[in-house]
Amino acid sequence: MKINYKLTLIILFLTLAAYPKAPVFPQVISSSELIKNAKEYDGKLITYSGEVIGEVMLRGDFAWVNINDGDNALGIWMSAPLAKEIKFTGNYKTRGDKLEIVGIFNRACLEHGGDLDIHAQRLRKLGEGREINQRLNPDKKNLSLILFGALFLIWILTLFKRR
Amino acid sequence: MILKPRLEDLKIIGFYLGKIILGLAFTMVIPILTGLFSKELNPTLDFIIGIEISVFLGLLLLKVCHTEKDLNWMQGMIVVSLSWVVAMFLGAVPLYLSGHWKSFLDACFDAMSGFATTGLILVQDLDHLSYTHNLWRHLIMFLGGQGIVVIALSFFVRGFSGAFKMYVGEARDEKILPNVVHTSRFIWMVSFVYLVLGTLALGITGIFNGMKPVNSFFHGACIFMAAFDTGGFSPQSQSILYYHSFVYEVITIIIMVLGALNFKLHYHLWMGNRKEIFRNIETSTLFVTIIVTFSIIAVGLAQIGSYPSVATLFRKGFYQLISGHTGTGFQTIYAQQFLVDWNHLALAGVILAMALGGAVCSTTGAIKMLRIGIIFKAFKEDLKRIIMPERALIIEKFHHIKEVFLEDKMIRSALIITLAYIILYGIGALVGMFYGHPFSNALFESTSAAANVGLSCGITNIAMPAGLKITYIIQMWAGRLEFMSVFTILGFLIAAIKGK
Repeated sequence: MKINYKLTLIILFLTLAAYPKAPVFPQVISSSELIKNAKEYDGKLITYSGEVIGEVMLRGDFAWVNINDGDNALGIWMSAPLAKEIKFTGNYKTRGDKLEIVGIFNRACLEHGGDLDIHAQRLRKLGEGREINQRLNPDKKNLSLILFGALFLIWILTLFKRR
Repeated sequence: MILKPRLEDLKIIGFYLGKIILGLAFTMVIPILTGLFSKELNPTLDFIIGIEISVFLGLLLLKVCHTEKDLNWMQGMIVVSLSWVVAMFLGAVPLYLSGHWKSFLDACFDAMSGFATTGLILVQDLDHLSYTHNLWRHLIMFLGGQGIVVIALSFFVRGFSGAFKMYVGEARDEKILPNVVHTSRFIWMVSFVYLVLGTLALGITGIFNGMKPVNSFFHGACIFMAAFDTGGFSPQSQSILYYHSFVYEVITIIIMVLGALNFKLHYHLWMGNRKEIFRNIETSTLFVTIIVTFSIIAVGLAQIGSYPSVATLFRKGFYQLISGHTGTGFQTIYAQQFLVDWNHLALAGVILAMALGGAVCSTTGAIKMLRIGIIFKAFKEDLKRIIMPERALIIEKFHHIKEVFLEDKMIRSALIITLAYIILYGIGALVGMFYGHPFSNALFESTSAAANVGLSCGITNIAMPAGLKITYIIQMWAGRLEFMSVFTILGFLIAAIKGK
């Protein structure tokens, strides 16, 4: 069988062109590492992951999302459609979605007033967030009742002393 | 001969301390209401426990130490210094119960940092902290900024002559109005008016930035309290960087500067005397020191090319400078960036700004502008004395609300407090170095703690040794009270041991 080298090369080229650029640092880099060695990663395509915290702040066609990896939270600048994939953001009552971000890391972003940030190109959801079940802590409840009793006792003693 | 304190002294101190504790307990009603409103069950319980312990202790002291006598100077000073220590312990109770602080010492560290309007933090997982606890963190800054005793004087104490002694003990040696209780109430009125305006400005900006209205106004109120009281706590772990907003940064700069001005100056501005802001020695000194320290920072940052443009250099450099100079501690860079992106010259500029502080009778810490201005005037007077003929009569005066002639006792007082601050900065730096930190980093963190600033280069963290945590707590306490009441309590302890 005769192989059509020309066609194969064209298909290969088109496949590579259509596929998103692979990150220079495909392994996940922690926020501490990014801040500490910011010059090394500046302007490079990196991978970062963590929990979405606070709120998704929409700014026109884009959005700011802050992602905490346990050490620090970093600001991620992403397109609004990409941000729409986020369902839960972390706060007292909720665990936020866990995301993996691939994007350009900026040590001092010229577009955003010198902020250290990441301009996301794509994201992958590693885990869905959830609401945290709040249960009344029985120890706290008991302690507050005991203290209330002690306060009541002091009040009674005050009344006796006055008489 | 040193006289041993009598039982009567202890009773008077205990009685007035009890009153202040009850005042503090009353303020815990605010987070309880917040907790109920936001349906946060366990955080509400944390504050119910906190208020119960505080009321119990307060009532106990009032009953055991009941007295009709008024405070003398020594007792007033001791009540103030003890109030701040007791406030730290009681304020830390609900924080510790939340489980976000690794130990009670860590909770005490943050409570003192809040009351003293410092802003250094050891809280864990701040981004998941409840509204209730977050409000308390910022409220204690608001209370501490005005002064714990000022709260008691404003709302819970019906004028007694010992009030002024406590007012002075809390590092407020200027009366705005003839009556100290009226002065305290004026301070609160100013703060409340600005609170409403500041919260509105930040809340609306937050909404434009994409935040939900309730959250935006909650953040607005918290950030206002931390900015106006030059505290520096924030509801999110990234400080002001969380908001990614230039407008937010500009508004917080305005609020920080307002917080760094003398309440007496606010009074005169409110009364229509707008020229005072240009003539006052404190504002003119602040203007000069901002220019000088920013120049140092800008040269430092430009030397190593930390930022890609002049605009970004100005935005980052100026924000950290104003935050440090006013003693706030908000950051728009990460703590570690001070060490990796800023050189020693830029760090020196920030350290200098932190060490100088804002105006007297404001919510800032550190040496303060009036003292710097007086020392500068004294130098000028001495220079004139050298240059002018011997028989020339040299009189130096300055404008601080009114024209004031420079006297030796003013210079002496300014130099003593300045020296005390320098020693305090130095001691903290030595302790930091003892625990293995380089000199510049140790001095940065120590100055930040003692000047009640809150900027951090990363030394303050949960892994920090207990000895360093305690050192910073003492620095924050002594720095906030400006030494006088701290010296008095030390004298009292010496008298208790050595007195006859």
